[in-house]
Amino acid sequence: MTALSGWGRWPRHESELVVPRNARRLTELQTSARGIVARGNGRAYGDAAVGERITLSTQGLDRFRSFDPETGRLTVEAGVLLSDVIDVFLPQGFFPPVVPGTKFVTIGGMIAADVHGKNHHRSGAFGDHVERLSLALPDGRVVECGRGHEPGLFAATFGGMGLTGTILDATFRLMPVETGWLRRRVIVADDLEDAMDALAGAAGATYSVAWIDCLAKGEALGRSLVQAADHAGEHELGERERAAGLFPAAPRGRLAVPFELPTGVINRASVAAFNELYFRKGAADAETPRLVPWDPFFFPLDGIGHWNRIYGRRGFLQHQCVVPTRTARAALADILERISARGRPSFLAVLKQFGPGRRSLSFPLEGFTLALDLPVDEGVDALLAEIDTVVARAGGRLYLAKDSRQSRDTFEAGYPDLPAFRELRRAIDPDGRIASRLSGRLGL
Amino acid sequence: MTGDGTTASLLVIGGTSDIGRAAALAYAQTGRRIMLAARDAETARRNADDIAARTGVPVSLHALDLLDTDRFEAFVDDLPMLPDTVLCVVGELGEQRRAESDIGHAQRIMRVNFEGPALILGIFAERFVARGTGTLIGVGSVAGDRGRASNYVYGAAKAGFSAFLSGLRNRLSASGVRVITVKPGFVRTRMTEGMKLPPVLTAEPEEVGHAILEAERGGSDVVYVRRVWRGVMTVIRMIPEPLFKRLKL
Repeated sequence: MTALSGWGRWPRHESELVVPRNARRLTELQTSARGIVARGNGRAYGDAAVGERITLSTQGLDRFRSFDPETGRLTVEAGVLLSDVIDVFLPQGFFPPVVPGTKFVTIGGMIAADVHGKNHHRSGAFGDHVERLSLALPDGRVVECGRGHEPGLFAATFGGMGLTGTILDATFRLMPVETGWLRRRVIVADDLEDAMDALAGAAGATYSVAWIDCLAKGEALGRSLVQAADHAGEHELGERERAAGLFPAAPRGRLAVPFELPTGVINRASVAAFNELYFRKGAADAETPRLVPWDPFFFPLDGIGHWNRIYGRRGFLQHQCVVPTRTARAALADILERISARGRPSFLAVLKQFGPGRRSLSFPLEGFTLALDLPVDEGVDALLAEIDTVVARAGGRLYLAKDSRQSRDTFEAGYPDLPAFRELRRAIDPDGRIASRLSGRLGL
Repeated sequence: MTGDGTTASLLVIGGTSDIGRAAALAYAQTGRRIMLAARDAETARRNADDIAARTGVPVSLHALDLLDTDRFEAFVDDLPMLPDTVLCVVGELGEQRRAESDIGHAQRIMRVNFEGPALILGIFAERFVARGTGTLIGVGSVAGDRGRASNYVYGAAKAGFSAFLSGLRNRLSASGVRVITVKPGFVRTRMTEGMKLPPVLTAEPEEVGHAILEAERGGSDVVYVRRVWRGVMTVIRMIPEPLFKRLKL
């Protein structure tokens, strides 16, 4: 038994971690056990990838299966890391259709959480690009799923957090890119209204996202830097970019946080300084489009290994909600006021506009999503409970990949397809073999 | 590319091992055509597909059981071509304690780690000499540098393999056929899973794969993947036997 947690390092639960070497062994383990769930690279923040009794690592399923350079169609086993896909195919002129905020996730994990990126308003979630997958069911069957084959199971697997069976491999299409550079424009938004308008105005850009200064109050509430970016063409590169490479490599020998910092290092002062720095640095080169390399643009925190340790031993909470467009302005203002009024430090506060969502437990819905990053301390539960109430009243929901604490009421209010998901679970897993800490907590 | 314009090829014996997989990928990234020989067809197929998908180079599969020595000549004959380089990366640690009383188990360790690898490389050596070119790379082990209580059955087999490679290298030095011995030290693989290994002395399979490729590109005869091992094993070999026999190693 090991004490396992998600990337947020809290909560920790005892679970036996096993690493099957191939799909056959994985299937055998899954059918002989109870209270088991798959785990990719452990980047879900909460308890989604911690089995009630056994946790099935997909680390051994790390093979690429096939690639067609004509179509960009790639088939990989579920434990392949996104960073591996980028390392291999970016130099060949291909980039994944959707990437989340870290490249250290497995493809299986990206499907299970139906991750989104800065291009959701244009490209949807990762699941929108998956053409087929194979799924190991709790009864030992391995089923091939696609739009024309087991479509119900296929759809429920996106956002299903590994609870519809364990994903063994999947096929999706990479998109052609001319370079590994992005043309990025930064728009300074003076308040929340401005930020939301800027995001809507940047909807023509492939990628858009706003970094919010969480400590700005009053008239400046929601003050943000809005980034809008597109993949740059080869002809746009200057001497500096060409010298760095058409497809610049992700920096190696990265900074790492070697140990847990004392709890409290992330206090009001350091977050204010960080936000101020970020705001000024962004403001300085605002409006002028600049070419930036792919890695720091998509994965700014991947440059700091073990960055989850900066929050100290007590860990941290990620909170990500989405609220529908019609209620978004009022709800987001309410949430930001509550945060800034308490002076509650949030290292990261990211706002993003979503396009139309999918069904089942997939997180995105048409509206605005706000991601917060908070150290665990007294009062954090009460604050987040208040925020949850605002979200639920606005018709919004929370992201399961980042959740370790929401109430069943919030969850059930947020996901109207939940009864159908529960029914599907009962049909494919009548003995309840697949069970994570998350599924137990939320009654999935 | 070889001199006559065809793509150079690599045969990996032990294509399902973590080091074999990493080395095959490192070679494929340089454009080499890859042949994987292994007994476990399913894992070999996964590794072959993986390398082909990542690099676009063709990878073929060839069934081989290293205990089935009678089939070795036919195995070499059946290959689509005589490879330019043969890498033998077979290793089976076995269980030392069991090998002390179970003669069958001890024999298996000796055959898999010494008899099979030596005999098959010997066949390739003859063919390479006839052709006038070729490189043989054997993955030995620091365990073969001096017999120790904790793994001497495996160590003895690896020592035998090292001596075989050394003799072959000596014999073929003027023939145009190269023989290289690679000693990886500790490597984080299935074989060492669950062991507590000192980080400074422990390599990742990818590091070993690249070291093998570099050994062929450079002029080395015997390569320790992490140079620190050369020093460590020199010291271990220098300890006088009366003292060594009382150490718990």
